[in-house]
Formats: sequence, C-alpha cells, structure tokens
Amino acid sequence: MRPALALFAVLCAGTAVAQIDSTLLVAPSAPDSTAPKLNMDAVYNRPFLTFDKIPVSLGGYVEAKVQHLGTDGVSDGTSFALQRMTLFVASSIHRRIKFLSEIELEEGGKEIAIEFAALDLEFHPLLNLRGGIVMNPIGAFNQNHDGPKWEFNDRPLMAVQMLAATWSNVGFGVHGKRSSGPWTFGYEAYLTNGFDASIIGNGADRTSLPAAKDNAERFTESSNGMPLTNAKVALRHQRFGEIGVSTMGGVYNRFQVDGLVLDKRRRVDVIAIDVNSAIKPWGTNLIGEWAWVMVDVPATYTQQYGSAQHGGFLDIVQPLHTGTILGFADAVLNLAVRGEYLDWNVGTFRETDTRIGDEVWAIVPAISFRPVPGTVLRLNYRHERAVDVLGNPPSVTGGVQFGVSSYF
Amino acid sequence: MSVRWLVYTSMLYAAGCTRLEPAAPAADTLLDGPVEGLSHEEHLRFLRGDVAFNDDVFHAGNGLGPVFVATRCGSCHAGDGPGHPSTTLVRYGQADAGGNTYLHLGGPQLQHRALPGVQPEALPAGAPSSRFLPPLNTGLGFLDAVPDADLLLWADEHDADGDGISGRPNRVERKTYSPLRAGTSELNGQVMGRFGRKSAVYDLLQQTANAYTQDIGVVNAFEPVDPDTHEAQDPEVPTATVHDVVFYLRTLKAPVQRDRDDADVIAGEAVFQAIGCGKCHRAELTTGTSSIAALAHRTIRPFTDLLMHDMGPGLDDGYTEGSASSAEWRTPALWGLGLFPDSQGGSYFLLHDGRAHSIGEAIDLHGGEGQGARDAYQALPAADRDKLLRFLQSL
Repeated sequence: MRPALALFAVLCAGTAVAQIDSTLLVAPSAPDSTAPKLNMDAVYNRPFLTFDKIPVSLGGYVEAKVQHLGTDGVSDGTSFALQRMTLFVASSIHRRIKFLSEIELEEGGKEIAIEFAALDLEFHPLLNLRGGIVMNPIGAFNQNHDGPKWEFNDRPLMAVQMLAATWSNVGFGVHGKRSSGPWTFGYEAYLTNGFDASIIGNGADRTSLPAAKDNAERFTESSNGMPLTNAKVALRHQRFGEIGVSTMGGVYNRFQVDGLVLDKRRRVDVIAIDVNSAIKPWGTNLIGEWAWVMVDVPATYTQQYGSAQHGGFLDIVQPLHTGTILGFADAVLNLAVRGEYLDWNVGTFRETDTRIGDEVWAIVPAISFRPVPGTVLRLNYRHERAVDVLGNPPSVTGGVQFGVSSYF
Repeated sequence: MSVRWLVYTSMLYAAGCTRLEPAAPAADTLLDGPVEGLSHEEHLRFLRGDVAFNDDVFHAGNGLGPVFVATRCGSCHAGDGPGHPSTTLVRYGQADAGGNTYLHLGGPQLQHRALPGVQPEALPAGAPSSRFLPPLNTGLGFLDAVPDADLLLWADEHDADGDGISGRPNRVERKTYSPLRAGTSELNGQVMGRFGRKSAVYDLLQQTANAYTQDIGVVNAFEPVDPDTHEAQDPEVPTATVHDVVFYLRTLKAPVQRDRDDADVIAGEAVFQAIGCGKCHRAELTTGTSSIAALAHRTIRPFTDLLMHDMGPGLDDGYTEGSASSAEWRTPALWGLGLFPDSQGGSYFLLHDGRAHSIGEAIDLHGGEGQGARDAYQALPAADRDKLLRFLQSL
C-alpha cells in the first residue's frame, strides 16, 4: 500500500486541474502548447462556439479529399470523397457536470455514428465519473482523431484497421488528471460493452477488431454479458512530450446461450503505447503509436484468422515556414512524412513453420498548409505495399491525395 | 510566400496522377487474368466470377461450415496459382476401384476445421487417405475444351508399344447436373474424368459445386448435402454465383511462357523431349468446339496428356478415386510452373501433396511410369540438367 499512498500524495501535491476544463469550451482559439492537456483530453480540446444565455456549445469539423490512386497498374482514377462531417454539442450543466457529444456522418452520410455522448461528473480533479458512449482510450488516435489535427488525408492503418478507430462503446468509468510543475499525469478506466465473435468471422477474412463496429447493438446491450475493461495512463512533461500506455481486453465470444455452454470463454486483449514529442530547436513534431492485439482463436479454426497482430505509425512534422502566407497572418507550411506498418497475422504456419504474411506497410510524404490552426490543406503521396497471408509478392498501391479539413 | 506555392502544389498534383501510380507487373509474370478475345458480356461475367471466387468470404453469419477446409475459394488458390501446405485437404475412404467405403463416416473429404465450439471431422482410424495440394486454376477452360478423342489417342493402358508408359483415363460417374460435353467418351455408362489430382471430376461445374460444399461447407443447388449433418439443406450460395465461378475458371488465361527465345530454354525443351518427359507431359493440345468462342480451336502448350499414370510406390498413398489405382495420378499441367513460388509464399511445393520443394526434387520423386525419364534426368550432364530446369522455370 505504501507506494500507492506515496504516489497519491505526490499527485495531490501538485496543482489540481480537472479533467473537464471548462475554459476549453470557448470560441475557436489557437492551441496552447503550455496548457496541461493530454491526448485523452481530446474530446474537450476542440474549438467550440458558445452562445449568450444558452448553456450549450457547438462545434464540429469537416474532412474531404480528392485522390488518384492505383494498384499494380490498375488505376482507380480520380475520386472525390467527403470522408466525414462531425458535430460536437457540449453543455455545462453545472461547473462540475458536463455533457459532450460527437456525432459523425461518414462517407456522405452513409454511416452515422454517435462516437461520444457522455456525462462527466467531477468529484475531485483525480476522480471524475464518466458515463454514456465513450471513446475507448486505447492508444492516442482513437480519442484524438479529429481530422484538422493531422497532416495526412488518411487515418493511420493500425488505428483504423487494427484498433477499430473510432472505437466507441457504452459504459462507465473514471478519469482524472493532475499537474505538478512541468509534469502532468492522467488516467482513465472504463467498463464498457465490447467486441463480438465477428472479429474472427467476417468479410475481411482475417482477425479484425473493426468488424465488431458493424454490430450497432453494442450500444444497447453486450453480446455476451462480459464487460470490456479498458484503462490508460499518460504522463506528460512540458519539455519532453507525452507517453501513454493503454490496455483493453475482455471475452469476445458468445460462450453460452440460455445457460447452454457453447464454447470456452475466448479473450481479446490489446496493449498500446503512444508518444507525442517535439524536437524544440527545430520545431519538429513526432507522433507515434504502436499496438499489439492478442486473440484467443480456436486451434481448429482457420489460420487465416491470426491470434496476434501488431502495428503502428510514426508521423514526423517539420514546419517549414511560419508567418503571413496568402494574407493569413499566422499560417504554417509543414513538410511531413508518415511511416506505418501493420501485421494482421503474426505467427508461423503449422504445416511449414514459415512466417505468415498478411501485412502492409506504407510511407506517406506530405505537404500541409495551415492558414489558421484549425484548418489544414494537405497534399500527400501514398506508397503502400500489401502482402497476402502466404507472403507472396506484394501488391503495390500508390498515388496522390489532396484534402482539406477544418473545424467549424 | 505568395500564390506561387498554390501553383506549384497544383502542378505537383497534376503531374502526379497516373504517372505516380505503380506500374502493372508484366502479363507473363502473372497467372491470373482473363483469356484474350472475350466479348463485353463475357468480361462482365468473368468479373462477377472473379469477385465470387476471390472476394466472397464465408463465415458463421453467411454459411461457412460448420466444418470446413477454407473460408473462400481464393484462399486455396492465391493469384489463381497452386496452393500452399496450409491449404491442403485430405481425401479418404477408397483404396481401389471398388468405391469409397467411408461415405457413411464423412468421406470422401476431411473437414479438419470448424467454427468455434464445433468439433472438426477426424480421420477415421485405418481409413486410406491422401493429402491434396490445391491445383493451379489457370487455363482450365482450355483443358476442358480438348476433345476426349484426342486424349484417348495417347492412352495405352496395356503398354502395347512397350515404352513403359501406359496412360489411361479415369472412368467415373457423371453427375446428373453436369451437361454432357460434346464428344464425351462413354464406356459402360461412365465418362472420362478430367479434373482433380485423380482426374475423378468430369467438368468444372462438378469441381466448383463440390468445392463449395466439401471445402467451405456451403451447400448449393447442385451439392445440397451438408458435410456435417449429411442432410440436404437449402442452398447457401445462389446458383447463378456457382455458374459465374465456373465461367471464371473456364476463362482464366493460360500461363504465358517467358524467355521462349532464350537458347538455354530452347535447348532445355529439347532435353525434356529427349529423355521422355514429353511422353506424359504432352507439350501441345488443341481445343475443339466450345460455347466460349475464345476457347475454341486453339493450340495450347499445357504439357499434360490429362491421363492417369502409375507413379510408383513412392507416390502411392493407398488412396484413390474413380477407377484409378492408388498409385495412379493425372499428369499435372506444367504451364505456369516457373511462377508457382509467387503463389506459394516464395517456395516450391510440388507433386500432389507439396512434398517436393524444388523442380529437381519433384523429378527425383517420379517412379513407376516416370522412372525412365527420372533415371535419364539423373544421368544428364550438369549443363543439360540446368538447361532442362531453365526450360521448366520458363513455363
């Protein structure tokens, strides 16, 4: 107990900063790099519009792109897409009771999802109760995914195709944050509904956590009565940046029906590490994330569905010019590059003891222009190599993408 | 800074587009793709079949299993090439021409995989069995269109010419749903099998319908009996889709030989013929009539006679199908051989169960009717042997 008490004492010794920072609920403002914000604060770390005499704040962002991609000599031609339009509605019910929702319309409205709709009650800066639809804190991108914050038109492969970003569920939990000098510590812990058996039985023909997103019933009931446990701790130093460690796990299969046992309880577990740092002298920003997925796949099932996955990405963003551009006083022109890798099936074939493929890597150089902090125009070139499950010669995808994303 | 950067950005995007996209691999390095000369409607049907074959994934929610071997057609035939040891299947229950005696126990195919919570099938103790590597898909339509009469010209069941080669057709029962091919040779109510390692399958409709049921556990109008319950069930795949897949398999192009003008390749083919490989691996066949104009009356170079040959005790697993003996195997086509590693994960897995890991090893494992050619191959000077292998890799 002593180490735990000591840690608690250290945390309490610093300046108390609530997880719900009502100063964030203000009209659009430039990001304040000195504020003690963590990736897990992303739901509130957005520009909102407030109205006199109405305790409701509104916001949102839009994201659109045009791309010209091809694979192995077969061109998809030029294609335009409204990737998503997201609306935020926040309300300060009380100084210590807040509600925030995020409703996302993807692919021109084909997919409409409530990604976040939760009530926050602050009992103490280190103890806030959150209930509703929460974005599971696994890695950083799942919570900090707003398009205008990124220099690339596509979301990271590992976040979308492995960790199911944006992965939201109904549940309850606690979170808190404490600052002390240059240090900021935060945590989150939730129990939510979770995955289902579609993660090892889906149209992707591979173990796919995102397959569970097709089950909208997870917002009303658990598929098996077993909650998904999810926790994250993050530590930030004003000078060195932030590191977060998160974990998520639970039983995914429906192991019994009407008391009849159908199968053993099979778990899915995820561990993720995220970092966010800067090389101050150059102004270079580094954002990275890596995650591991472990799934209990029956030995008598097909090896097409892997029992382990891992992958991650690293973004390097270098401001080239800051100042007046095209009449925008504080515009920024960035040069950026993303490297990403994802192995959907880590392991070896039982028959040959040779490595299972089913992996992809990509490199994406980019130029981005930010006329204002909350608006970005970005030009990317994407080069991607995907290997099938047997490890045959890769299919190569490449091409140019141009897009815009902005808070409104 | 000025508007110049916008102009540069636009120019970069304009310059990008197609020129920045990856180039297509050379056609002769790929096994998949349609035959030349298909009509517009045939191309559309080919594409429908392509999607059904390669992209339709079956799972618990749409008919997979509950016991099965694979989750989609394409998983056993990556790039329409031959399979990998991880996708082999096991056939069992028949030791001689007397028929399969294990049908009541789940034969003739083992479904060794199952949905979670379901027990997969186990090989019955003492059952004769053999592992089959999924075969190459490409060029099947051409092989389907070769007249029986042409193949029977090479049959020499009793080795009347004394050359040690005695190919013969595998006589099998034709499924009632398989239409009779023009010029089909019938003997005592049986037809000549043409597809499968044991040549026990009459046509590609039987091959496809059977694969849906036995490989994926997806019953269909043609093969409605579920391999798990052994009871007839409602179709789990539309009949039109089965026909589209058959059409796709019929219209996959024939593999294209590379380096045909290379001196070593030319010399290697001469060695191939000189040592007797070509007596079974017949270089050229000519198709007859076909409902698909692009397949009719074409000369192809598959290097097979589509007949059964005794390959000796080393390749005799004790299991058979149709009227063939357990040591008899259909001569596999050699076209595409040099590209096999591109669909087998970078390695060679040759012969019926993938036991040979190189072309040379596959030749070394030939016995029975292939022993003469094997001995001649092993006696070749190293230079000639290299040329022969160079030729085989060009196919």
